[in-house]
Amino acid sequence: MDMHAHDRRRFLAIGAATAASATPLLTACGAGFGGDKARNDGSAADDVTGSFDWKRAKGRTVKALLNKHPYTDALIADLKAFTEKTGIKVEYDVFPEDNYFDKLTVDLSSGRASYDVFMLGAYMVWQYGPPGWLEDLGPWMRNSSATGSEWDQEDFFPNLLSADQWSLKAGAPLGQGGQYALPWGWETNVVAYNTEVFKKLGLKPAETFDELREVAGAITRRAPGAGFDGMYGVAVRGSRSWATIHPGFMTMYARNGLKDFTVEGGKVKPAMNSPEAIAFTRDWAEMVRKGGPPSWTSYTWYQCSSDLGAKKAGMLFDADTAAYFQAVKGASPASGKIAFHPGPKGPGGSLATNMWIWSLGMNARSRNKSAAWLFLQWATGKEHLRKGAIEHNHIDPVRKSVSQDAAYKDKMRAVPGFIETFETVVDETRIQFTPQEQFFDATTSWAAALQEIYGGKNASSVLNGLSGDLASKVG
Amino acid sequence: MPGRAAPVLEADHGAASGTGAGKRAVRAVPAWRRSLRPYLLIAPALLLTGGILYPFGLGLYYTVFDFAASKPQPDLVGVENYRRIFTQPAFWDSARVTVAYAVGAAAVETVLGVAVALLLHRSSRVGRVLEKILILPLMIAPVIAAIMWKLMLQPSVGVINHLLEPFGLGGVQWTDTPTGALLSSIAVDVWVYTPFVAILALAGLRSLPASPFEAAAVDGAGWWFTFRRLTLPMLWPYVLVAVIFRFMDSLKVFDIIYALTEGGPGDSTMVLQIRAYLEAIRFQRYSFGISYMIVLWAVVYLVTMVLVRYLGRIQNRAAEVER
Repeated sequence: MDMHAHDRRRFLAIGAATAASATPLLTACGAGFGGDKARNDGSAADDVTGSFDWKRAKGRTVKALLNKHPYTDALIADLKAFTEKTGIKVEYDVFPEDNYFDKLTVDLSSGRASYDVFMLGAYMVWQYGPPGWLEDLGPWMRNSSATGSEWDQEDFFPNLLSADQWSLKAGAPLGQGGQYALPWGWETNVVAYNTEVFKKLGLKPAETFDELREVAGAITRRAPGAGFDGMYGVAVRGSRSWATIHPGFMTMYARNGLKDFTVEGGKVKPAMNSPEAIAFTRDWAEMVRKGGPPSWTSYTWYQCSSDLGAKKAGMLFDADTAAYFQAVKGASPASGKIAFHPGPKGPGGSLATNMWIWSLGMNARSRNKSAAWLFLQWATGKEHLRKGAIEHNHIDPVRKSVSQDAAYKDKMRAVPGFIETFETVVDETRIQFTPQEQFFDATTSWAAALQEIYGGKNASSVLNGLSGDLASKVG
Repeated sequence: MPGRAAPVLEADHGAASGTGAGKRAVRAVPAWRRSLRPYLLIAPALLLTGGILYPFGLGLYYTVFDFAASKPQPDLVGVENYRRIFTQPAFWDSARVTVAYAVGAAAVETVLGVAVALLLHRSSRVGRVLEKILILPLMIAPVIAAIMWKLMLQPSVGVINHLLEPFGLGGVQWTDTPTGALLSSIAVDVWVYTPFVAILALAGLRSLPASPFEAAAVDGAGWWFTFRRLTLPMLWPYVLVAVIFRFMDSLKVFDIIYALTEGGPGDSTMVLQIRAYLEAIRFQRYSFGISYMIVLWAVVYLVTMVLVRYLGRIQNRAAEVER
């Protein structure tokens, strides 16, 4: 017994000594912090001189990390054209959206340049920009040796280009500072509806939020009796994720003139617990209870979109692309019966709309920046984007020229109301969130709060709690 | 050692004298190799221990800083991360959910597992067929099982509500309410892991000595009396091993809950593992997230230590019963 105790004491002593000696060892073994020591102020774009040449990086290989998406399919289908034009090979990995951002985040934070280019949203610029993981593309865009004149920066919708531009300071508006990604494909959040059920029930698309709640409830109550078994009113996202907040919810929130945060004296303060915000959130949760999908708390855009296509939902308040992919001929049981509408207006007729931009960014640690920039230039160029929009499903053009292209318009006219809706909201669509690094924590917690209110908790106390919690994190 | 004659064993002397003709001579192992052998044998274990201790030590090292994506050059903060964790109501909420989940899952799995084992033990032919079917859930990755159950529990198109409809019970929102989400998660855990408990208990039942049961039968003891006074006390060490494994695993659960509810609705299924994952990976507050994991490790370690000691006492007692 004594022997046993003695052994244990010796073991603990050795363990403590090992632990004490481990700290310098760990540091020496490279177990230090990621940091941004390798970041320098000079841009690699300055190394590119002479006249512009697509073949400048011939023989190189660009590695791309892509999210599974119809826009990605259009890109992959056209990659041969890029290789022929530049002599650059593209190797890519495609991940489903559930894991995509975790994969990208881990990869970038590891400090290894596994991928030269990748897809990201504008919100990710707020997370990946401050640690120095994203290449500032501004110097590349301004260098005429690196960028061909046909790229035509002025052709982008200006609100899209500015959405990826930020000064990396919490609360500072977008459109200033570095260009940390380029708009490639985007989505505006509007209402799509099933014309068949609307006709049968004598309904019209809602022009106000009150009407939307009414119409959603009416469809849930009356549609099953009118031959639409199991149909409910409006499909909106509800999973415990940041992605629940940004489409329909944030669009209607912004149209009501509400803010997520206010910025006072450089300090970011939560504003989702103002009396108006509390009333709106309560009404939204009530709309979901009375006219939303069963099992709403697990709903992502996949479920919302497929419910509209399967005639399970009378309306969808989400990305126009989510409805479009169900509306095209032969895509779903509801195709041919889906129409678009800009959605309810806010007080004073506001059509302020939140957006999602699939952007393309460059790894700041890439050792292949010149070739990577040629890839980004091609992927966001007129030629590829026009082809993607007309021959594939890369709709919602980021370029004005593509949106006005006759062939594109002919294609999109097949879906009732799509072009009219797009043109109505395009200038009103911008990022309605306040840029700050804790965006994902804030919106995930916001989605959890919305779920609690949907479950019957008091909206005021839940949102006050959320606000208090976030104040300490973002302030 | 070139140029030096190798020592030979006694067998070699025998062979040389002709007494053991035909036997192969065995060379003696040099002393230096004999003394090296224990170290070579222990080397894999040392490597393995190092492989465990290195990331663990690294994790502990990170927890005393405020390392995050937004703070890549962190300051030394000592125990501040732990202080923040223990003063957050969110931590205590998660701890409550974690314990409720672990106790609920382990308790139901134990009772059901033992019951299934008793049934299988009694009916030999059917039992053998059922044993093979029983193991199927264990062959499915828990995350796949959770996704499968998520589809089956879907209120409008899921098969569970469809089956319940004839009884007037269709339309249940299985994972939409806080209680429903927690119970649904436990139910999936039970579906996956009850066979594990059943298999351990069945192995225990088959290893019990027959004589006490024969004596009880001769004395006319009933089933309940035999179960309570003989089967259960002797089987308890086996059951306890299952309980320890399941309780430990349930405290560390991530895949089932994340795939089924993502920790929601609200924070109702937000177990410590999911909170640690969100902090470390999603929100990139590395030090804070790792601190959560270290706290969880400490809790699991302490609970397991208590249970293992209890297991030792129970095993001794069972050995006395068998004597």
